[in-house]
Amino acid sequence: MSQETKGASGDKSVERRQVLKSLGLAGIAGLGFAGGFSLPALAADAPGWPQEAFKEKSEADALKALYGKTAEVSDKITLDLPEIAENGAVVPVSLATSLPDVTSLSILVPENPFTIAASYKIAEGTLPAVSCRIKMAKTSKVVAIVESAGKLYSTSKEVKVTLGGCGG
Amino acid sequence: MPSTIRVRAVAKDDTVEVQSLIQHPMDSGFIKDAKGEFIPAHHIEVVTFEHAGKVVFTAFWGPAVSKDPYVKFSFKGAKKGDLLKISWVDNFGEKDSLEANIL
Repeated sequence: MSQETKGASGDKSVERRQVLKSLGLAGIAGLGFAGGFSLPALAADAPGWPQEAFKEKSEADALKALYGKTAEVSDKITLDLPEIAENGAVVPVSLATSLPDVTSLSILVPENPFTIAASYKIAEGTLPAVSCRIKMAKTSKVVAIVESAGKLYSTSKEVKVTLGGCGG
Repeated sequence: MPSTIRVRAVAKDDTVEVQSLIQHPMDSGFIKDAKGEFIPAHHIEVVTFEHAGKVVFTAFWGPAVSKDPYVKFSFKGAKKGDLLKISWVDNFGEKDSLEANIL
């Protein structure tokens, strides 16, 4: 850039950069449209989704909102998690139990902004086991909840997170 | 447009093992974009797996489920060649579904 373009026109180039940047973002949004995503209309939450429970920020409140009861610790639940998660954005979890008549399995991360990560409804004939991948904001215990014959059981395991997966 | 859902359901003895992968950003609402503004939470809320008109497995997901979510489970009562229907809906009301043969 020459000496002359500095000053007033220098400001302009800043402006131009800003405009280009927002154009670029519009381009990305355009790609989104092409990919079949529509703008968020103020849609109602999916039927059956326990909206209030997913807002809870403590283990006790989350269990109360989701099941309306408290859990007792059980050694009949296996919870597989890495001891150290280098990337909190993708933490593999496997949960299984030998408890009978299981109707629900849930995964809670008390140190995340919202406690409940995932909850699964188990129909009769479906095995009481699930594997998935969750995000962890920081080092936390992970709690597995099993609803068996109308009662709640839990087990937990600590996971050290090197890089948080919730941003910020 | 190709489906956002990929599924592999394999029957072995009397049990079908289902693994599915859904293409979805699963934005948590806590990450900022290039302009420093929070990207709104955008995540799948409910996924259902149906066999012979019966829901065998339902997933309720919050923003803490990883991007392009993966889930694995098993159920009994189905055989090779049966259809398995997977449907999801997110907090923007977007949805997709897919029917796949059990292998």
